[in-house]
Amino acid sequence: MLRKSIVWIVFAIVLLVLPQIFTSIFSISIFTQMTIAIVFALSYNMLLGQGGMLSFGHAVYFGLGGFLAVHALMMIENEEMMFSVTLIPLVGGLFGLIAALFIGSFSTHKAGTVFAMISLGMGELIAASSLILVSFFGGEAGVSGDRTYGPPFFGYDFAQGIEVYYLAAAWMFVATLCMYLFTQTPAGRMANAVRDNPERAEFIGYSARRVRFISFAMAGFFAGIAGGLFAVNYEILTEENLNAASSGRVLLMAYIGGLGFFIGPIVGAIVLTLINSLLSNYTTLWMLYLGILFVLTVMFLPRGLTGFLMMHRVPWHLGKLRLLAVPYTLTSMPGAVFLLGLVAMIEMSHASGSEFVYLGIALNPDGYGSWAFLLAVTGVAFYVLRLTLPRLRDAWSEANTITRKPDHAAKESGGQS
Amino acid sequence: MIEVLIFATLNGLVTGLLLFMLASGLTLIFSMMGVLNFAHASFYMLGAYFAYSISLYTGFWPALIIAPILVGLVGALVERYGLRRVHKSGHVAELIFTFGLAFLIEEAVQFFWGRSTMNYRSPDILNFPLFTLFGQNFPAYKAFMIFISVSIFIGLYYVLTRTRIGIIIQAAITHPNTVANLGHNVPFIFMAVFGAGSGLAGLAGVIAGPVLTTFPGMAVVLGSIVFVIVVIGGLGSLGGALVASLLIGLLQSYAIASNLGMPDLLNLLGVSFASDHPLNDIWRLTLPQIAPILPFLLLVLVLIFRPSGLFGKRES
Amino acid sequence: MSLLQLQNVSKSFGETAIIRDVSLSIAQGEKHAIIGPNGAGKSTLFNLISGRYGVSSGNILFKGNPIHNLKPFEIARMGLARSFQVTNIFPLLSVFENIRCGLLWSMDYRYSFWNLVSRQKALNARTEAVLEEIGLHDRRNFPAGELAYAEQRALELGIAIASGAEMILLDEPVAGMSHSEAKNAVALIRKVTEGKTLVMVEHDMSIVFDVADRITVLVYGEVIASDVPAKIRGNPRVQEAYLGEVVTGDGVEATHA
Repeated sequence: MLRKSIVWIVFAIVLLVLPQIFTSIFSISIFTQMTIAIVFALSYNMLLGQGGMLSFGHAVYFGLGGFLAVHALMMIENEEMMFSVTLIPLVGGLFGLIAALFIGSFSTHKAGTVFAMISLGMGELIAASSLILVSFFGGEAGVSGDRTYGPPFFGYDFAQGIEVYYLAAAWMFVATLCMYLFTQTPAGRMANAVRDNPERAEFIGYSARRVRFISFAMAGFFAGIAGGLFAVNYEILTEENLNAASSGRVLLMAYIGGLGFFIGPIVGAIVLTLINSLLSNYTTLWMLYLGILFVLTVMFLPRGLTGFLMMHRVPWHLGKLRLLAVPYTLTSMPGAVFLLGLVAMIEMSHASGSEFVYLGIALNPDGYGSWAFLLAVTGVAFYVLRLTLPRLRDAWSEANTITRKPDHAAKESGGQS
Repeated sequence: MIEVLIFATLNGLVTGLLLFMLASGLTLIFSMMGVLNFAHASFYMLGAYFAYSISLYTGFWPALIIAPILVGLVGALVERYGLRRVHKSGHVAELIFTFGLAFLIEEAVQFFWGRSTMNYRSPDILNFPLFTLFGQNFPAYKAFMIFISVSIFIGLYYVLTRTRIGIIIQAAITHPNTVANLGHNVPFIFMAVFGAGSGLAGLAGVIAGPVLTTFPGMAVVLGSIVFVIVVIGGLGSLGGALVASLLIGLLQSYAIASNLGMPDLLNLLGVSFASDHPLNDIWRLTLPQIAPILPFLLLVLVLIFRPSGLFGKRES
Repeated sequence: MSLLQLQNVSKSFGETAIIRDVSLSIAQGEKHAIIGPNGAGKSTLFNLISGRYGVSSGNILFKGNPIHNLKPFEIARMGLARSFQVTNIFPLLSVFENIRCGLLWSMDYRYSFWNLVSRQKALNARTEAVLEEIGLHDRRNFPAGELAYAEQRALELGIAIASGAEMILLDEPVAGMSHSEAKNAVALIRKVTEGKTLVMVEHDMSIVFDVADRITVLVYGEVIASDVPAKIRGNPRVQEAYLGEVVTGDGVEATHA
């Protein structure tokens, strides 16, 4: 209990201190995006990771929450309603909840493919309708509001990015805590049970459908909160925020981060926000890299980045983590060169003009020399990479083996040979 | 009125048959491997792009043959080195893999061909109106599309019911283990079916590219509709896929061609609303406007009331 | 008074009749075994009672209330628990969680999302007690899917009995176990069904005759006998159904080996 409280306190302190260390407007804007992405990705994990429901339309609840939040901002602006902007995310959450209660009432009947298809259909349906119902959704242009009109909150009017960050961070902290606590409640525990084996859950007294419905409604609520935060941050919502691409992006985040772990989607949200905002400054091809990263993750790290880190728990408990240090270094050096070489070739093929500077090296996209050089470097790096793999593999199995007493081990190896 | 109906029917038929070329491959892949392939429409897009690039060198007709084969090979490689690896992590992982693949293919297409629309055109030899009815032309190329789709349908039917490989495929759909025990190489059959299904989608792309324009979003436009079709038709049912393809094709075509809408309905009922009514958008809806969402509406309704689809025998 | 009553229950899948006009009455506190050759419909009968399948015709009454139209979870809430022939657990949850989930409804937690399970002292103590009973205490933190077969069978039983249901249906609880494992399992079953009503499908005749107060013989979906063990042993129709096998107290011995 104490250890868990410490984790949450450290989390809160990090959230408080972060914008004091990275003070630029750009980094604070990234932090705000991260907090929103974290709430959204965690809400998605309530469906797929905790409840076993693969949704291709989760952005609907994010978007609907966001749209209503913008309308609430407009009502504050027009003085039709008077309440603090700090409560806007709750408005989004409640609308997300209402939408999820309605859609969940028929979509949670089954998990698996049927659920996935209904979520896809509802997602497309609502995204397409949003372009038709112009008065609520604003058509292609979307709807926009202004967050600074509400009554000041202890003197803050949220004109500054940093104020918005703290508002978003506070909501994110509370939402994350609530979502974590939900996993520890009877409904949350049964969500996992139904994910694992819906049939058996019915024979211990639980309606699998009702259990899924509760998780679904909760996920809609928290997605709506994320949408509300988005509305406060960007002051505009468009069809893009609730369409299939958005739904795909949150699936990406949760999956790359790691579905089976509570912090997985947090990791995914942070990594993807960074890729999104940092990588896009350096290359127009960042979406391509993201696609490659996603496909490779599904193929080689089915439990995501968090799962990869968690794989090291056994060596750590055995006190053998240091066995991996040297092989990891040996593999990662040619690995890094190989990746950089590959990226260089991808980028160079898209470079305009005859000058292409990569990591301080001037290359000529039109000349054969530069291509031959890159091919050679990448090829050699790949060859060396392959040479280091057996050692890594051996070290890995060694690090995961419980060392027996010497005589015992000798007897066993003697018996085998 | 009658000419609108005839042309809407013909256009609906063209779309429906095109959709069926995609849906048939998707259905075969699903019935064999239990995978709903999200990237299926991406293979359709690859077909169009491959054909465009090949046609720059050889003209349309060789591209019609080569491009689908290339797409089929890409599909087979994807199955062999991607899907087979993910298979052990379960169906959800497979679905997510194909989802990621669709994303990746779209980005790759933009990487190689750029973001703009390709100037991919139907061959000159088919650039004439086949017939003119009530002053409206029906292009020969659309008739060619119907011809290709129908031939594919007949060919597929023949292969599945009359040939040895077709019978093995049918058996592998229902009893994969038994078929393996009989000494057939089931993994190879899977790869072949996935490749063939992808090739079929590629062929659809080759013939649809000139009409529906070849651009990086073309997979997204058709992708979810094809999904809708196989689900509505009943997962794993080829006949259902055919019916659903034609249904969706015709439905959309009629909806677009009609001028009807809520105003007409309201007039009929003698009801009217002020133009500042909060639900004004709904009172002004027209059928052409909601044509794009009709398939999804149908999907949700079918899934709620008949989760196994119109002709499906099994659920999920 | 009979706790469970089947009145003229039939079940067909398409054209095939699996259960034909079965009537059966099981009294409170009884230890009842259902035996019969493979394909006799024993598991189907369990699936009908527990609500997994609906009946084609007939009534099933539990505590005097009709249950043949209820869903499995509604039947489970009335106090009828079951285990499965093919292990049916929550593979990714820990052993401890598996048992605790089995307890939640019976301890009235329902779908609540305002209680934290870790704070519920009575719930966790009861979970520990069940773990102790089924001998999986030292495995409590393992994912259930990683247990050995016999351990999974014990867990299967544990989930079924956790709720403290009045009536427990066990579908071949010792199938696939070694002799000594089976012996332990039977002792365990005896212990945990103390004072409860037990209905059990089992192939091992030594266990059946050891545990059961009454035995029902099901052949081709029909009850051909339902009586105390001594009378079943001497019943010629039962002998015949087992095709020349002599039913003895020590088990079934094929005479034509």
